[in-house]
Formats: sequence, structure tokens, C-alpha cells
Amino acid sequence: MIPEIGHFALIIALALALCQGVLPLIGAHRGDATLMSVARTSAQGQFIFVVISFACLTWAFVQSDFSVEYVANHSQLALPTVYKISAVWGAHEGSLLLWILIMSAWTVAVGRYSKKLPPEFSARVIGVLGLLSVGFLLFTLLTSNPFLRLAVIPPDGADLNPLLQDPGLAIHPPLLYVGYVGFSVAFAFAIAAMLTGNLDQKWAKWTRPWTTVAWLFLTIGIALGSWWAYYELGWGGWWFWDPVENASFMPWLMGTALIHSLAVTEKRGLFKSWTLLLAISAFSLSLLGTFLVRSGILVSVHAFATDPARGFFILAFLGIVIIGALVLYAIRAPELDSNAGFKLVSRETFLLLNNIFLVIAAAIVFYGTLMPLLYDVMGVGKISIGPPWFEFAMLLPMLPLALLLGVGMHAAWRAQPEGVLLRKLRIPALIAVAIGIALPGIAYGRTGILVSVGVAAGIWIMLSSLLDPWRSWRREAGATAMPRSALGMSVAHFGVGLFVLGITIVSAFNIETDQAMRTGGAVEVAGYSFELRELRDAEGPNYQAIEGRVEIRRDEALVGEVLPQKRQYLVQQNWMTEAGISAGWNRDLFIALGDQLGNNTWSVRVQYKPLIRFIWLGAFIMALGGLIAISDRRYRSAA
Amino acid sequence: MSKFLLPLFAFLLLVGMFVIGLTKDPSRIPSPLLGNPAPEYALPSLQDPDVLVGSADFAGQVALVNIWATWCPGCRQEHGFLMELAAENAVPIFGLNWRDNRPDALQWLRNLGNPYETSAFDADGRVGIDWGAYGAPETFLVDKNGMVVHKHIAPLTREIWERDFVPLIEQLEGGE
Amino acid sequence: MKKLILALLSGALIFGNAWAIDVGQSFDDPELQARYEKIIEEVRCLKCQNQSIKDSNAFLASDLRREIRHLLEEGKTDDEIYDFLVARYGDFALYRPRPSGRTLILWIAPMIFLLFGAFAVWRVTRRRMRLPIDDEPMDGS
Repeated sequence: MIPEIGHFALIIALALALCQGVLPLIGAHRGDATLMSVARTSAQGQFIFVVISFACLTWAFVQSDFSVEYVANHSQLALPTVYKISAVWGAHEGSLLLWILIMSAWTVAVGRYSKKLPPEFSARVIGVLGLLSVGFLLFTLLTSNPFLRLAVIPPDGADLNPLLQDPGLAIHPPLLYVGYVGFSVAFAFAIAAMLTGNLDQKWAKWTRPWTTVAWLFLTIGIALGSWWAYYELGWGGWWFWDPVENASFMPWLMGTALIHSLAVTEKRGLFKSWTLLLAISAFSLSLLGTFLVRSGILVSVHAFATDPARGFFILAFLGIVIIGALVLYAIRAPELDSNAGFKLVSRETFLLLNNIFLVIAAAIVFYGTLMPLLYDVMGVGKISIGPPWFEFAMLLPMLPLALLLGVGMHAAWRAQPEGVLLRKLRIPALIAVAIGIALPGIAYGRTGILVSVGVAAGIWIMLSSLLDPWRSWRREAGATAMPRSALGMSVAHFGVGLFVLGITIVSAFNIETDQAMRTGGAVEVAGYSFELRELRDAEGPNYQAIEGRVEIRRDEALVGEVLPQKRQYLVQQNWMTEAGISAGWNRDLFIALGDQLGNNTWSVRVQYKPLIRFIWLGAFIMALGGLIAISDRRYRSAA
Repeated sequence: MSKFLLPLFAFLLLVGMFVIGLTKDPSRIPSPLLGNPAPEYALPSLQDPDVLVGSADFAGQVALVNIWATWCPGCRQEHGFLMELAAENAVPIFGLNWRDNRPDALQWLRNLGNPYETSAFDADGRVGIDWGAYGAPETFLVDKNGMVVHKHIAPLTREIWERDFVPLIEQLEGGE
Repeated sequence: MKKLILALLSGALIFGNAWAIDVGQSFDDPELQARYEKIIEEVRCLKCQNQSIKDSNAFLASDLRREIRHLLEEGKTDDEIYDFLVARYGDFALYRPRPSGRTLILWIAPMIFLLFGAFAVWRVTRRRMRLPIDDEPMDGS
């Protein structure tokens, strides 16, 4: 019964989404207030029914209703309840329902916080969001219905993929989707502006907080995914340039460029058509990402179960949405020019450079992800683009960006007076260079040009970001209290510096070694000794495991103890490696069991990973900066 | 107006690429062996370890080389069709038993029938690597001069045989 | 119980999906060992599609690792080893596409993007430098 209610609720949601999509747009075109007011109410209605539908699916999981095919395929009686809930979005059909839920929630939020916007504008925004919802609801109902029943009810389910039975991965999709879907708001704002024919500085001011919120959730979502991959996948890697990862990284890069471009449009009324294009692109890349991972067109270690028929549907939807947006763009953009100028050394120029480098980075990821497909389509054969290419290529735009970042945030709008920057920044610059030269050798015993440059860049950004807040805090002459949006910017940039530092150090000085170990044996890595004290059997609710106990010592003192496991999940019979990680602010020690080689002898992979936590800490601080920025009161005031 | 149309055109090209891409299988990898001499090999036969079989056996004739193993479900699937082919005597089939277990493989042939002229036993996979094997079953068509003319990965069926192999075989037998 | 687990684990040795580990050192010569470790990171496990043969436990990966060890012992250069693999499996076998007619474009593409970017920056700044900067500021930063 409940699944049928869920199914039916979804159909009603579709009907409401249709109202929400069509009527307000007509209303805005005609200036009909009644039709326009349908927007908010139908959005709220759609939300209610989507929630009902989602709740029904969750209920089916919690009650282990295996008559529902989706539940039977992705759950099991012995699955802990918390994972029964996260299993709702653990595979294709359910994750679509999650997407629809989040989109609906965003729409209601837009309805709530847009009361001060002109009615035709907000009606158009909500209308566009409604049309997008229609697309997703149709796709779900027609090709990916999670409520389908099985004729024969199995006694137990096929279990959730063990990789997903983890808290990190449970919340990774929701956070990621809040980001992906959030960019649809910026997209809707862009479409509304093009339909209205009016794109001005006020528009940029309205769009910015929505974009920043979406961006910060996407940042957290990606960072969480990376962290999860690190501790769960057993190899100690944290980014693999896998198509699914790239699918999330591209919108992030565009979104970052968009935030910065909006700043220029808001301040000077410049870069309007460019900002418009970025707003369209960010969400387009979100849609593209959905397409890539669900259509089977690319091979990936963690793509959804794939199906070309679904692929065609998504492609058609994606095609209609983006072609529509780009046609509007081609019509409206030429009208958007302005006559404002700026000098060569100015914040505008730095932000222009920021945008160019971020877009180049996105283009590189795009190219690397899709080139194999293009080669195959053209019949030229298969080529291989893996991490080595990506790492080389990304360095080209990212290094200049990192260096310029330290200067750009201090540059004045319109025209930067000479000499001021140099005076302000020369001490941080010198300190950064000094640390860059000294740190690798002193802390890690090796030097290299690239490492030093990376360290210097990271420290440079960190110091430069702290300058203004520090001065403001000390109330130096000429510095006023920082508004939150500026403080947020500084915090976010500080996070970038931390991130750069972490990546540089861990890439250069990470040590990885495979050793054969017997119980009672020990190995030495990076000045730590790892002793395998014992091996014993362990059990979990739906798995059995062999667990090792490894003691870690430095200079004879016990530093930590970890319990790496080799687990076998009972239903799906796959083997998972649970690494034992001894975490520290300045290093991780990562131990994982490999294969059993003989009596009580195992191969063990031991890794020393310096400063790896800075990577995720940096990302979270970036997101924090975004949060601080949007709490600025000017976003709450009237347009 | 013109430069603002660029994004649209670029996107249309992209969509075109995706449409074509959806019709292809990204996990198929073309073989660099095509158009090149078939790798030479000599291995103990599956049935009798003292006898050597290998590429010398099919020199001078159009032949199929089929890589198979008992642990490979696709091989089980195509075996029936291989038996039909053998009965039709169209082209001799030479087997390469890849990374398998001898008793199991012999039992398999006893139970399901033996379509192969000979089966070479590649215990350590060395010869498999020479043929670029990565996903059994794989079937190669070799011409009279020992050149690899066609490779098919995945179970062989009547349709694929008629569509891909028969025209080539007619060419190879007929011509020259 | 332990025997069952051990038996299952032996099975896992062939079909398991943990990464692959060779017993400790494969070579006594540290230089060969270093070359070996570098090479196996760069070769794709074709059964697994997006893992290197270093990280994969598929038997194809361990077969290829064994071949590479032999080739290294025979004194082959890194390039000869890569050639060996490409001759059998195609360019796709390598994570890092090797410079060649077809793949050259891959390595040049990022530079081309940068050139486009530089051109765009030049054009925009040139135009804006000549326009007036005395417009009304909007409130806020």
C-alpha cells in the first residue's frame, strides 16, 4: 500500500510541477498576477507530495518491504537501520528521487526568500525550476520508478553495496546534490533575466547568495567524497580523476568562476553576458554529470548501473534545457554591453584572470574526461587519459591562479594605485618564499623546485588572506571593521591556501610500501615502527572479517594503535578492505591488509601521508568562508 | 550576434558526439593485432602435455583462434555455437585454454563436446598476453598468411558470425 | 571457522577486489625496483578499466606485473616495456598517453587552452583600459 501511495504522490507532484512550470511563465509574460501567484503555491504543493513520496520509499526500506524491487535489490534484513535509510539514495532510482526532493526544497526556499523581488521575475525563476522538475519527474516515472513491485517476494534482499555502508558515503550524495541542484537556481535566475530582458547589478546581487550556498554545499560534498574514498577504498588515494569525480569537479570550477564574476557584475555592471554564460554552464555541467554517470557512456569504477535507454532520455532532456538556454543567450547577450572601464592593474583584471584560469581548468577536466569518448566515436581507436595527464594539465592554470590569488584580493576596483600592493604584500611574499625554500628540506628531508613553489604558493595565499582580517582586528589606521562578505572571502581564500599546501606536501613526500608481515613482526616507515601484534576474527552485523592489531611507535613511545580489517560481506560476497588510519594534524599513517601469503604472514600496505588532512580541512574552510559571506546583512536587505 | 552563437554550436556538436557515443560500448578495446601477424606460440596441448600445439598448426589456412576457460561464463554461453561451427566444418577452430585448471578443462570438453582441432594449455597466461587477451571469450580470425584479420570479444553467436565473420572468410578463401 | 575464512581468502586471492601486493621487494636492485614500481603505476588493468595493475588484484594484472618483471630482468628499457604492452593491448593500456601523432594533441591541448585564455585577457583588458572608470558605485563592496 505504502509504495503505491509513494508512486501516486509522485504523479501528483508531476502535475503540480507542470502547473508550477507553465502557468507562472505565461503569467509573467502577460502580467497576470493570479497566474504568477500560482508559482509559490504549486511549488509548496509539489514539495509536500515529493516529501510524501520520499517518505514512502524510506518506509519501505525501514520495514524491509522486499516486494518493492528497488528495496529488494539494495537492502537486506541484517542491514543496520541507518544504512537502510541511506540505501534509499544508494542507487539510480532512489538517488533521482533524492534529486527531485532537493530541487523541490530549493524551489520552496526561493519562493520564501524572493518576496522582495519583482513578481514577474520571481514567477519566471520558479517557473523555470518547475519545468526542470517536470523533466526529472518524468524521467523517474517513465524510466526509473523506485516503486515497482516484484511478483515474487524474495525472503531477503541483495544487500546494499558494502562500499556504501558507511556514514561518510551516506551523507555524501545529499550534500553533493544540494550543490548540483542549487546551481539550477542560478540557472533559473539567468533564464528569468533573459526572459525579462533585464540584467543589471541588482540581478547580480540577488543571484549571488543563492550561488554561494549551492557552491559551499558542493564544496563540502566533493571534499566528503574525497575523504570517504581515502579511508574506505583501501588504497590511500584521495582523488582518481575518475569520470564521476570529474563530473562533480567541473560544475564546482564553473561555480567558483561564477561567484567571482557575479562580484564584478554586481560592483561595476561588467561581464554581464559572461556571467550569464557561466550561470548557464554551471548547471549544464551538473546535468551533464548526471548524464555521464547514468547512461553507460563512460566507464567508471563508481558509475551507477547504466542503461543506454535512460541515457537517451537524459540526453534529450539535457539537450532541450541547454539548447533553450543558449538560444536565449544568443538573442539577449548582444544587448548587454556596458561602457564601464578598468585599468590594467585593477581588481577587475584579477577577477578576469581568475575566471579565465578556472574556466581553462574546467575545460581541461572536460577534455580529459570526454576525449576517450570522442576518439572512440571518430573511430580513431581507444586512448587513455589517466591521472598523469590530469595532474600535468591542471598544474598549468592552477599554479598561476594560486600565485595571483594572493595579490588579487587586495587590488582596488577600477584602478590600483601604484606601489601600494607592493608595500602591503612584500613581507608576506618574502616569508612565503623563505618557507617554501626551507620547509621541504627541514621537515621532510628532500628538496625540489616544484615542491618549494607549491609550498610557497600555499603559504603565500594563507598569509595574504589573513592580512586584512588581522589589520581589521587590530584596528590599524585606515582599516575599518570588515563586513562579513569580505571576511568570508578571506576565510575562503585561507582555505584554498591550506588546500594547496596539503596537496603539495602529500604529493611530494608521501611514502607507500608493501611489506610481508608476520604476527609479531615490525616494519619501519618514515621514522615510525609498525608492529603487527595479532590477527583475529571479527564480526559485524552483515559481515565477517579478519582484523589485525597494529601498534605504531615513534622513538619507542606508543603513538597509536589501528585495527585494519579484511571484511567479507555475507550476501554479496565481496571483499572490502577497511584501512586502519592513525590520524594526526600533520600526518596520517595508513595501514591496510593485503593478501594472506602463508601461515600467519600477510602482505601489508603501510603509508605515511604528511599534511593530508589539510586537503579536506582547506576545503571545509573554503565552505565556511562561503557561509560567513552569505550571512552578510546586505543580502537580507531590500533590493 | 555571431560570437554569441558559438556556445550553442559547440553544444550541438557535443550532443552529436554523445548520441553516437551512446550507441557504442566503452568497454570494448580495439586490438592492435589487427592487420599484423598472429603471435607465434607453442604450448603443451590440453589433452596430452607431451605434445606441443600452437600457431604452426594453422599455418597456411584460414582459421579461428578461440581463447576460452572454464571460469568464464561467456565461454559456456558460446560453446554450443562453437560446436555447431565445428560440425559445419566451415573454418577450423583452434583453442587456447587460458589460465585454467587442466582437469576442469578436460572435464568441460568431455561434458560439452570439443569443437577444437587442438587446444593449447596456457597455464601462466603468457601466450594470452601475446594475443592481448583481457576478457574471455575472445575469438580471432587468421588468414592463410597468418595475419590477424578480425577480433571478436564476448560470446560468439550465429548473428555475429554471419554479420562479421562470414563475409571476411569468403573474401579470404575466395580471393588470392 | 578460521579455516573457512582462510579458504575464502585464498579464493579471494584470485577473484578478490583488494589491490594487489607483491611480496615485499621484487628486485634486489633498488634501481630496478624503483623502475618497476613506476611502470606498474602507469599501466592500466584492462579488466578493471580504471585501475592500474599496481592497484588491481585481477589475475591479468598480476600476469602483466610478472611479464614486466621478466622484461626488466632481461634488461629492457622502460620504453621497450611500454612498446611491448602497447603492441598487444594498444595505447589504452597506458595511463599516460605516449607522445605520438594521435596523442600529441592530448599533451598540447592544455597549452592551446592557455593561449586562448591569454588572447581573451588581452582583448578584454585592452578594450576596458580605454573606457571611463567614473561610474556610480553600487552600495556594498
